[in-house]
Amino acid sequence: MHILLRGRDIPNIKQLDVYETHGGFDGLRKSLTMTPAEVIDVVKASGLRGRGGAGFPTGVKWSFIPQHEPIKYVTVNADESETGTFKDREIMEENPYQLIEGSLICAYAIQAKAVYIYLRGEFWDIGAQLDECIEALRAKGLVGENILGSGYDCEVYTHLGAGAYICGEESALLNSLEGYLGQPRVRPPFPAQKGGGLYKEATVVNNVETLANVPFIMTEGAQAFKAIGTEQSAGNKIYCVSGHVKRPGNYELPMGATFRELLYEQAGGPLHDDRPFKAMLPSGGSGPIVPLTDEVLDTCMSYEDCASIGTIIGSASIIIMDETVDMTWVASKVTKFFKHESCGKCTPCREGTYWLDKVIDRILDGRGTADDVKRIADVAENMAGTTLCALGDFAANPIIHTIRHFPDDFAQHVQV
Amino acid sequence: MAIIGNPKYEQRIERHLAKYETARSAVMPLLYIAQEEYGWVNSEGIGEVAQLLNLDPTQVKSIAGFYTMYSEKPKGKYWLQVCTDLPCALQGADDFHAWLKDELGLDEGGTTDDGLFTVEHVMCLAACDKAPMLQCNFSYVEELDQAKMRQLLAKWRSEAQVAANGRG
Repeated sequence: MHILLRGRDIPNIKQLDVYETHGGFDGLRKSLTMTPAEVIDVVKASGLRGRGGAGFPTGVKWSFIPQHEPIKYVTVNADESETGTFKDREIMEENPYQLIEGSLICAYAIQAKAVYIYLRGEFWDIGAQLDECIEALRAKGLVGENILGSGYDCEVYTHLGAGAYICGEESALLNSLEGYLGQPRVRPPFPAQKGGGLYKEATVVNNVETLANVPFIMTEGAQAFKAIGTEQSAGNKIYCVSGHVKRPGNYELPMGATFRELLYEQAGGPLHDDRPFKAMLPSGGSGPIVPLTDEVLDTCMSYEDCASIGTIIGSASIIIMDETVDMTWVASKVTKFFKHESCGKCTPCREGTYWLDKVIDRILDGRGTADDVKRIADVAENMAGTTLCALGDFAANPIIHTIRHFPDDFAQHVQV
Repeated sequence: MAIIGNPKYEQRIERHLAKYETARSAVMPLLYIAQEEYGWVNSEGIGEVAQLLNLDPTQVKSIAGFYTMYSEKPKGKYWLQVCTDLPCALQGADDFHAWLKDELGLDEGGTTDDGLFTVEHVMCLAACDKAPMLQCNFSYVEELDQAKMRQLLAKWRSEAQVAANGRG
């Protein structure tokens, strides 16, 4: 059953009347009869964790907002820029009201005065569609002053980025929304604290998929949500599958399903039957790569199980590579991405990605040496943990883990 | 024309200025409007956005320079940005990108002599299951191959011809 990709089951759920016929805004209606603290308790009890990648418990994040502060905000992270990620796009294209309803429930729970949906600039058409949805809701008293006669006021706005991966990092997103360069901030103060959020006010920043889960939690109850998935990873997850499979696409399955189920039963197995799987990036370009062994295929897709095989589930942007793919080339591709997307603020990331790219190009050209392979591993290890945001760590991962798991792929290019 | 005092943009500018707590927050939407009017973010557009927001033009220019979707030089009428990031490349996007440049006789980032087409590669556009794909101006064109692309180029050429005749 789809909780998120309901556009697959219900034709035209992107229209407000159809969404309402199928229980749309019941979650908001129910929330408005509860106290904000009660809503936060339900979300906490559901076990929902952030779907943007970090997996932080959502209700706990909401509870960090100081209720005595007069001005609070919700910011929806719809920047979706991680290599291999295309799930939030389908939610917003095919089931947009569910995202807005989840955002309004979050806003009510923290008593925010406004919601800003920050979309990557390339989602120009999706932004226009969301603007139309917001106006349709305003006409029905679901956005704006005195929502559904509750006395609670909340505005919802969209904001388009303009092509910068770093704006998916929450503090860079806030800077960008304020009209500054999209570069990360020094923390503390954190966004949830006075001084750290949007316009220096306490702010919740949640991913699109995270918030799209909230209406189900409010209508069906925390226990119904917690019954799906594993002990530490509750609910469904959208897995974005790309690369060498027969049927790339989004698949919504419970957390805790195995990689084998996703890649064979859903995505149809290897693109070419005579070319077995070789490797997988389970969390886009930023998470550690793993060889696609039987052990990995039988691993459950949950926060805790992915940790046990040395990687992360993150945003579940699963990129599959078959045996024809050279991992040195993969390291180069992912490094070029991070070099381009480094915001330039922290020296280890700015300089590190630049030099990693140059040396990998040299290796791929056949002009590298075995020492160069050691050199890039050394540079990557010196970047990790030394930057204001996680981009520096992300950029180190493709080097460290491709060399660790596939040393022969590098050795074939270098002079001894 | 200009964007200040241009009835085409008046309502949009007002709406953007009203939706934020600070004027400065409207710099990104207003830069898109400037780009729409002038075809790229030129110094006139920068100056007008700065004036509207009470900022220094240098501050506005730094924003335009940071983000890749603001073009700091003129582009073709059809600005084609091919995603060549890892998932798309696994589905042949590098070859497709090279072929497209070849087909139009362009180097990376170049514009055809008739001013119609600019070709560049870009980072992940969140369409990895529909590769090869590109962004034409701000719209996605997905599941491409050479035959489909040739048809699109012909269609865009004839649309541009019709528009030119209409002006004449």
